[in-house]
Amino acid sequence: MQKMKFWFLTPLIILSLIMGGPSLAAEKKAIQPAAKAVENVVIGFTASQTGKFNVESTRQIHGLSLWMDQVNAAGGIKLPEGTVVKFAAKFYDDESKKDRVQELYTRLINEDKADFLISPYSSGLTDAAAVIAQQYKRIMITCGAASDSTYNKGYTLVYQTYTPASRYLTGAIDLLAQMDPKANQVAIVYEAAKFSTDVVNYLKDYAQKKGFQVVLFEGYDPGATDFAPFIDKIPKGTDAIMGGGHFADTSTFAKQLYEKGVKTKMVALLVAPPEDQFAELGDAAYAVIGPSQWESSANYNPKAAKKLGLEYYGISVADFTKNYKEKYKENPTYHSAGGYVAGLLLQKAIEMAGSTDSAKVKAALDKMNLMTFYGVIKFDTAKAHGLQVGHDMVYIQWQRDAKKKLVKRVVWPEAAATGKPVFYRTK
Amino acid sequence: MFSHLLSSLSDGLVLGFVYGLAAMGLSLIWGVMAVINLAHGPVIALGMFTTYLLFYQAGLNPYLAIVVVAALGLLFGLVMYGAAVHRVIDAPHLSSLLSTFAVNMIIIGIGTAVFTTSPRNIDFAIGTLNLGPITIPLTRLVAALGAVLMTVFLYSFLYLTRPGKAIRAVANNREAAELMGIPSSAILALSFGLGTMLAATAGAFISTFFPFTILSGFPYELKSFVICVLGGLGHPLGALVGGLILGGLEGLVPIFMPVSWVPVVEFSLFVLVLLVRPTGLFGAK
Repeated sequence: MQKMKFWFLTPLIILSLIMGGPSLAAEKKAIQPAAKAVENVVIGFTASQTGKFNVESTRQIHGLSLWMDQVNAAGGIKLPEGTVVKFAAKFYDDESKKDRVQELYTRLINEDKADFLISPYSSGLTDAAAVIAQQYKRIMITCGAASDSTYNKGYTLVYQTYTPASRYLTGAIDLLAQMDPKANQVAIVYEAAKFSTDVVNYLKDYAQKKGFQVVLFEGYDPGATDFAPFIDKIPKGTDAIMGGGHFADTSTFAKQLYEKGVKTKMVALLVAPPEDQFAELGDAAYAVIGPSQWESSANYNPKAAKKLGLEYYGISVADFTKNYKEKYKENPTYHSAGGYVAGLLLQKAIEMAGSTDSAKVKAALDKMNLMTFYGVIKFDTAKAHGLQVGHDMVYIQWQRDAKKKLVKRVVWPEAAATGKPVFYRTK
Repeated sequence: MFSHLLSSLSDGLVLGFVYGLAAMGLSLIWGVMAVINLAHGPVIALGMFTTYLLFYQAGLNPYLAIVVVAALGLLFGLVMYGAAVHRVIDAPHLSSLLSTFAVNMIIIGIGTAVFTTSPRNIDFAIGTLNLGPITIPLTRLVAALGAVLMTVFLYSFLYLTRPGKAIRAVANNREAAELMGIPSSAILALSFGLGTMLAATAGAFISTFFPFTILSGFPYELKSFVICVLGGLGHPLGALVGGLILGGLEGLVPIFMPVSWVPVVEFSLFVLVLLVRPTGLFGAK
C-alpha cells in the first residue's frame, strides 16, 4: 500500500512541479513588477502662504493640487514598461520673498529629492528659482510668471505656461485702435517690479510702433497705496491709461482713478481686473479692462484643437471649472488654471517620454504642441528656450448686465469676445 | 503747470493730516515711555479691519465705526501694555523693541491666517469735492478733519485734564512724578492705550479711502518715524505739522521729478533734521 502511494504520489508531485513551477514563477513575475511598479515622483515648489502674493499663489497651488489629486485618483500614469507613476507634493512657504526662494528650492532638490519642480508665483520669485533648477538639472514648469527675460538666459530646463510679458498688454493697444481709430495718446503707470516692468517696456515699444504717443511712463513702488501723484501727472485728453502691477496696487490704482474723476477712453490694467474680487470696487471697476491668461468662458475644446491641427489633451474647461468650484468653493481664476496646467503638462510629457527620466521628459516638452483646457501650449526651442509661444491672452472688461450687476465679459480678441467693449469715462 | 501744482499739493496736504494722525500714537508712546512701538503698523491695520468688519458685518456707518474702533484701540493698547511692554519698560531699549516686534509678528501672522493678504475695500463713497483743478474725494477731507479733531482732543487731554498732565509729568521725569503720588504704571498703560487708540483711529480713517491688507500699516509706520523726528516726540501738534510737511513734500516732489524720488527727499530731510535739530520742530523732549 505504501509502495502504491509512493508510485502514485511521486509522479503527481513531479508533474505539479513541472506544471506549477512556471505558473508560480509567472505569478511571481506578475507580482514583482506590481510591488516595484509604483514610482512616487516628488514635485517640489514653494508657495507664498504669507506675504503679498498670498492670494494669487494660493490659487495657483489649489490648481496644482487639484491636478495631482485627480491624476493620483485615476491610478497615476502607466508607463509602457508597466511602472505606475504617482505624484507627491513637497513645498515650503517662501513668504513672497525672493531671497527665501533660492534657499528653499536648493532644499527641495537636495534634501527632499524633488524630481520635478513647479515655479513659485510671480516673475521675480520664478527668476530666482529658475537659476537653481538649471544649476541642479531639474525640469521646472513655470506658472504665475510671465516675464520674458528668464528665458533669455540660456536655461534649457525651464518651461513657461503663461503668455509672456511681451504679449501681455499689447492687445489693449489693438483694441483701443479699433474702438477709436483717432486715439493716439497713452499714459503708462506701472509697478516697478520685474513682471510689470517687462510688460510695459514691450507695451511702450508696441504702442510707439503703432503710432501712439506715450505721454507718461512712470513706475511706482511695489508697496504704493497713494496714486494721486501719478494721476495728477496724467495729461488731460489722454486716450488710455495702462499699466498696474499686482492685485493690491492695481485695485487701489483703479479705485483712485475713479475717485479723481479721470476722463479717458480706456483703462487697461494688469492682474487685478480678471479677479472676481475686483468687482468689490463697485463703480470704480466699471469698464476697466484686464488681460487674462485664461477665463472659464474660454472656448478651448477638441473641435477648436482639430481646426488648428492640434491634439487636445486632458480635462475640459467645463470639468476643470466644475471640479475646482466643488473642491474650493470659489470660481477658478487664471492663476488656478495656470497651476493645474503646469501639472498637466508634466503629466503629458512623462506620458510622451514613457519615462520619468529628465532627459526624455525634456525632449517631450521640447516637442510639445497641443491644446488643453488652458489653451495652446508650445515652447520656444531656439534662442529663448522654454518661452511660451503657443498661448494667447484674452481681454476682459467689467460691464453691467440688465440688472445693473457688474459682470466680466471677454472683449478681445474678437473671435473670443462675449461682449462689445465700452469706453471708460469720457464725460 | 499751476493747476497741476494746486491739484498735487492739495492731494499731498490732505493726506498729510492722516499721516499726522497715524504718527501721533507712535510719538506719544515714544515720547512718554521711550518705547519704539514696532507693532504700530499692524495696529493701524487692525483699525482698518475692525472698521471693515463693523461696516460689513454689523452694517455700521464707517464714521460711527471709528468711535468703536477708538474704544477697542484703547482697550487693545492697555492689554498689549500689560502683556508685552510693562515687564520690559525698565530693561534696555532692545527688549521693548523686540517685545513690540514680537507683537507685530503675532498680529500679522494671525491677520494673514484669518484675513489672508487679499486686499479689502470698504465700498463707501460720500462724493467728491471739485474746486477748479482740485478734485478731492470727500472721504479724504473727512479724514483730514478727523485728524484735526483728534489733535485738538489729544492736546486738550494732555494739557487740561489731570490724567493728561500726569502723562506729561511722567514723560518729563518719571521718578519725580512718582514722588508726587502719580501712579506711573497706570499712566504708562494709559499712554500706551492712547497711542494704540490713535493708531487704530488713523487706520479706520484710511480704510475709508484706500484698499488695505493686514500688511498695509507698515508704510504708515515708516512715515510715522520720519514725522516723529520732524515734529518732535510726544507733541500732538508736532506730529500733525510733521505729517503736513511730509504730505506737502509728497505733493510737490512728483511735479519736478519722478515719484520714486519722494522717499529719497523724505529721508534726506529726516537725516537733516536729526543733524540740525534733533529735538524736532516742536522739541517736546
